[in-house]
Amino acid sequence: MGKTLFDKVWDAHVVDSVENGPQILYIDKHLIHEVTSPQAFNELRERNIPIARPNQIVATADHNTPTKNQHLPIKDELSRNQLEQLTKNCKENNITLYGLGHEYNGIVHVMAPELGITQPGMTMVCGDSHTSTHGAFGTIAFGIGTSQVAQVFASQCLLLPKPKKLRVSVNGKLKKGVLPKDVILYIIAQLGTNSGTGYFCEYAGDVFEEMSMEGRMTVCNMSIEMGARGGMIAPDQTTFDYVKGRKFAPKGEEFDKKVAYWKTLRTDEDATFDQEYSFRAEDIEPMLTYGTNPGMGIKISENIPTQNDVSFEKSLHYMNFKKGESLVNKPINYVFIGSCTNSRIEDFRIAANYVKGKQKASNVNAWLVPGSQQVAKQIEEEGLQHIFENAGFELRQPGCSACLAMNEDKIPEGEYCVSTSNRNFEGRQGQGARTILASPLMAAATAVEGKIIDFTKHLN
Amino acid sequence: MEKFVKLIDTGVPLPTENVDTDQIIPARFLKATDKKGFGDNVFRDWRYHKNGEFNADFVLNNKKYGGSILIAGNNFGCGSSREHAAWALAGYGFKVIISSFFADIFKGNALNNGILPIQVSPEYLKDLMYRVGSNPTTTIIVDLESQRLKTPIGVTEFEIDSYKKICLMNGYDDIDFLVSKKDKIEAFEATLS
Repeated sequence: MGKTLFDKVWDAHVVDSVENGPQILYIDKHLIHEVTSPQAFNELRERNIPIARPNQIVATADHNTPTKNQHLPIKDELSRNQLEQLTKNCKENNITLYGLGHEYNGIVHVMAPELGITQPGMTMVCGDSHTSTHGAFGTIAFGIGTSQVAQVFASQCLLLPKPKKLRVSVNGKLKKGVLPKDVILYIIAQLGTNSGTGYFCEYAGDVFEEMSMEGRMTVCNMSIEMGARGGMIAPDQTTFDYVKGRKFAPKGEEFDKKVAYWKTLRTDEDATFDQEYSFRAEDIEPMLTYGTNPGMGIKISENIPTQNDVSFEKSLHYMNFKKGESLVNKPINYVFIGSCTNSRIEDFRIAANYVKGKQKASNVNAWLVPGSQQVAKQIEEEGLQHIFENAGFELRQPGCSACLAMNEDKIPEGEYCVSTSNRNFEGRQGQGARTILASPLMAAATAVEGKIIDFTKHLN
Repeated sequence: MEKFVKLIDTGVPLPTENVDTDQIIPARFLKATDKKGFGDNVFRDWRYHKNGEFNADFVLNNKKYGGSILIAGNNFGCGSSREHAAWALAGYGFKVIISSFFADIFKGNALNNGILPIQVSPEYLKDLMYRVGSNPTTTIIVDLESQRLKTPIGVTEFEIDSYKKICLMNGYDDIDFLVSKKDKIEAFEATLS
């Protein structure tokens, strides 16, 4: 029987199997950041175990970093301490760190792909659930807890039962104004937030084949929001072209050799999945969430469902929305374009293209937070910075920022934020803040209008 | 890690579904660099109003309920991979969580911190939730060795990975096991091009 993309990569990394138990999976690359690594370093230190493969670990500071005045010392003592710990731990253990201000610094899931650290066929982990992002390259990539960070530190391996396999196919042609973010929000709204639990998901079909690498990363990023540990897309010419020439990508003959191998990773025709779903591209519209989990999403043309259950009503109460109403024309005072879901150059190009020649509405605070120093540089080089500044948007420095509001970038209580991030949980963007997840295009349109509009009516 | 063999205790009912790890421990409390103290802030924004006052409506603040068993709504622990959620629940004193469904990463994190996640059928959960809600002194018996949960609703068997069961019952963690496989791992590395 044929093998899936997931099988091929997984099976190539199995060191050993425990009888009636998990498998020992070898990890090629381990990404770490300041929030979920300190306790793992402590654990190894206390047990006197050395870090097994420091040269397979790359560190960045992103979750808890300021997005203004990064050259100044961090005011908050706890945040400063956490970053200092990361620096100290990396130095002591000979781990490469792209710390605050470094030209390669950025959100872990933005900087690793753009440096060519992420490559097809690899296994990658990080103490962050959005590690699924890297699956866009045909990589097995998933988030782990801090105990597992310590396990990878100690052995470069993890003990895991092999997940089941799921395939989500989307075929056809996407309508104008429908972006990769809408595709994944649509899928999650259709399937629910726990449909993928226990599975690794492969995305297949025309829509993903025609997508850019940035778009594929947006899709794979949100796999965890339907419960799947990871998402994957078969590597193809788009993938190879993206990887080629990047800083840590294989060069010359070595690259050609790798490409030949990467081409063998596609799911075989006769391979089977434990679960399959299929959707039509034409059914997808720009999406918005109205509730407090990413599965609570509707098309711009739809109204909030009418459902009688306690959790649903609790969610609407928090959002201060009513059953059956439309989100169109809702006044919005905060817009956030950023996060590991949508902070790559393509996202800012899309936003700039819409914003060009327009002005931000006076009621709106519009924060743009690039995913990395490299993206920030591109924004400047391509002249997008002027477009945003002229329109009244605030361009900040790279980091996770208002996606999880761990730093100072918080949405005030009771305010709505149309956000390109990945989670609309209660209080995610600040205590009492109300998050509406959407694409960068929807976010840009909201910032210009000061309210939610159906921008598809203005597209020609 | 502490050993887990058997537990007889009362439980706290939290019927809300899709409880995410941001609710269990909000991001602003993730700045610590050790594992201590997270229990004080478990469910922080549900336990306290923004002005710092106790939210008397939240079940953890209701003196009627107590015990080291949390009975939680479907899809408990979804969202962020933060193990701080498991540290917070363990720090508060929870040893067992009963739900009809657990998010993947959370489940692993719980097991790695000596918390036993027990998955039961949606019907069993609904009945148990109601029973404990109306009778807070309801006794719940968890026997890991026989993989049995005994409550007035009935005796039900639960699943656990046999390797993880051995770890919990003996207080082992995965690090020692993996380090003991050093030779095999190095032999595997030698096959990589």
